[in-house]
Amino acid sequence: MDYSQFLYMTAELSLLAVICLVFIADLFLCGRSEKGFDCSEVCGGKKAFCVCRMKRTLPLILFTIHTILTACPCCPGVAEAFGGMYQATPMASIMKTVLNIGVIVVFLMSNKWLRREENWIKQGEFYELVLFTLFGMYLMISSGHFLMFFIGLELASIPMAALVAFDKKRYESAEAGAKFILLALFSSALLLYGISLIYGATGTLYFNDINSILGNTDWAVNAKLFAILGLTLFITGMGFKISLVPFHLWTADTYQGAPTVVTGYLSVISKGSAAFVLLTVLQKVFCLFVTEWNWAFFWIIIASITVANLFAIRQKNLKRFMAFSAISQAGYLVLGIMDGTAQGMTALVFYLLVYLAANLGAFAVLTTVEENTGKIGIDDYAGLYQTNPRLSLLMTLCLFSLAGIPPFAGFFSKFFIFMAAFQTMGGWGHWLVLIALINTVISLYYYLLIVKAMYITPNDKPLPSFRVDCPTRWALAICIAGVLLLGLCGIAYNWIDTFSYGLEEVFAGCAGTCCGAC
Amino acid sequence: MIHIECLLGLSAIMMFAGIYGFLTRRSTLAILLSIELMLNAADINFAVFNRMLFPEGHEGYFFALFTIAIAAAESAIAIAIMINIYRQLSHLGVDKLTKLKF
Repeated sequence: MDYSQFLYMTAELSLLAVICLVFIADLFLCGRSEKGFDCSEVCGGKKAFCVCRMKRTLPLILFTIHTILTACPCCPGVAEAFGGMYQATPMASIMKTVLNIGVIVVFLMSNKWLRREENWIKQGEFYELVLFTLFGMYLMISSGHFLMFFIGLELASIPMAALVAFDKKRYESAEAGAKFILLALFSSALLLYGISLIYGATGTLYFNDINSILGNTDWAVNAKLFAILGLTLFITGMGFKISLVPFHLWTADTYQGAPTVVTGYLSVISKGSAAFVLLTVLQKVFCLFVTEWNWAFFWIIIASITVANLFAIRQKNLKRFMAFSAISQAGYLVLGIMDGTAQGMTALVFYLLVYLAANLGAFAVLTTVEENTGKIGIDDYAGLYQTNPRLSLLMTLCLFSLAGIPPFAGFFSKFFIFMAAFQTMGGWGHWLVLIALINTVISLYYYLLIVKAMYITPNDKPLPSFRVDCPTRWALAICIAGVLLLGLCGIAYNWIDTFSYGLEEVFAGCAGTCCGAC
Repeated sequence: MIHIECLLGLSAIMMFAGIYGFLTRRSTLAILLSIELMLNAADINFAVFNRMLFPEGHEGYFFALFTIAIAAAESAIAIAIMINIYRQLSHLGVDKLTKLKF
C-alpha cells in the first residue's frame, strides 16, 4: 500500500489531530469537579482560573491553527486516494475552509453559554461533538464512494442529535433531540434503500464507475428503472438533511428546542455541507438523469421557498422564525443545483459563504440576548434599539443581508445564484427565478417585521441594557465583516470560480451529457 | 434455489412495514424498532444483490456490515435521548411530545 496517498487528506488528518488534542486536554484540565461551578475555588488561586479558561480557549486556538493551515488549496489539481474512495478537489477544500470559518464563529459565540453552571463540566463534550460532526462533513464532501459518503453523513448527523439534546435538564431540548434523531434515522434508512437499489442496478458503489456503467447504452431497462428509484430515494434522504419542503417538518421543532448555539450550527454548517454534497453527488453519479432531477428540484425549490416564507410570517418565537427563514434560504441554496453546472456550484458556495456570515451573525445576537436576558420572542425584542442600539444595528444588517438588500453581500449572492439558475432547464429556469424573486419580496416583509419591532414598536419595558462579552464581539465582528465586505469585493466570487472550472475538466464527459440532455 | 424476486420482495415488504410502523406507532420505542426494520431491509438488499447479481466482489456485504454498526450507534443515541425524556415525563408516547409544535 502506498502511504503517500494519506497526504491528500491533510484537512482530515489535521482535524483528527485537533480532536485528539482537545480530547486529551479535556481530560487533564481542571474544572471536572462535581462540587463546584467556581473553578478557582476548586483548584485554588488565579492561576487555576487561567487553566480553566484554557478549556474554552484551547479548542478555539487549535481549531484556528487548523483552519489557517488548511485554508489554501494545497493540491492544485484533482487527486484520488484509496482507489477512488477519497477524492480531493480544490472546490472541496474551499468548501471545508468555509465550514471551518463557520465553526470558529460558532465556537466564539458558544463561549458565554458554556460558562453556565450546568454546562461547566460538559464544555469538552460540546467541542468534541462539534468537531466530530465537522469531521463527518469533511468525509462526506470528499467522498468518491457511497460507503464513504454514508459513513460521513451518519458521522455528521448522529453526534448532532447529541448536540441538539445537549441541555439535559431542559425538556424542550430532549424533545427536539428525539424529533431530530427519529427523522434523521428515517431519512437515512430511505437513503440507504436508495443506495442499495443503485448498487443493484450497477454492481458498484464508486461514483465514477456508476456513472460510466449507467452511460452504457445497452444496459438493461430494468437497471435504469432501479437507478431512477434509487435517485428518488436519495433525493428524499438528502431533502430531510437539508430540510427542503416536503421533508421539513422536523426543522422548526428541532430548531426551537435545541440550544441557540447549536441551532446556529445546524442551520448553517450542517445544511450547507449537505447541499454541497447533494450537488457533487448528483453531478458525479446521476448526471445522466439530469432532466429527472431537474424537475424534482424545480417543484421542491418552489415549495420550499414559498411554504417556508408563508409560515415564517406568523411565527412569534425568533428561533422558530429563523428555522423557517433557513428553510427558504435552503431553497435558494439549492437553486445552484439546477443542471449541475460549474457556475451553479460557484454560486452555491458563494451563497453559502454569505448566508453563513449573515445567519450566524443573527444567531450571535440571539444567543447573546438569550444568555443575558433569557428572552427569545419577537415581542421581547420590541424597543431593543433604545437599550442596546449597537446590537440592534448589527441584527438589522444581518437581516438585510438575509433578505438581499443591495449594498450587503446577500444581494450579490442571490444575484449570482439567480444568474446561474436562469439559463437552466431550457427556459423553465426563468419561471423558477421569477418565483424566487417574488418570494424575496415576501421574505423582505417578514425580516422587516423584526427590524420594525426593534426600532419602532413602543415598549414600556424593553430588555435591559447589557454588555456583550468579548468572544461574542469577535464572532459578531467576523460576521459583519463578511456581510459588508463579501458583497463589495467580487474577488471572493472570482476566486471560488477559478476552482469550479477545474471541476469541469474531470467530469468533462459528464458535462457533455448534461448539455446534451437539456 | 430461491429466486431473486422473492428476496427483493421480502426486503420491500420489510421496508414498507417499517414505514407503516414509523407512521402509525404511538410509542417512540416502537418507532425506533420500525426504523431498524427499514435499515435491515436495505441490508438484505445489499446482501441479495451481492450474492445473486455480482458474486465476484464483496462490496455489498461490506456495506451491509458497516450499516449494521452505524445503526447500532444510532439506536444508542436515540435510546439515550428517550431515557432522558422518560426521566422528565415518565412516559414515552409521541402524543406527549407536544410542547414544541406549530
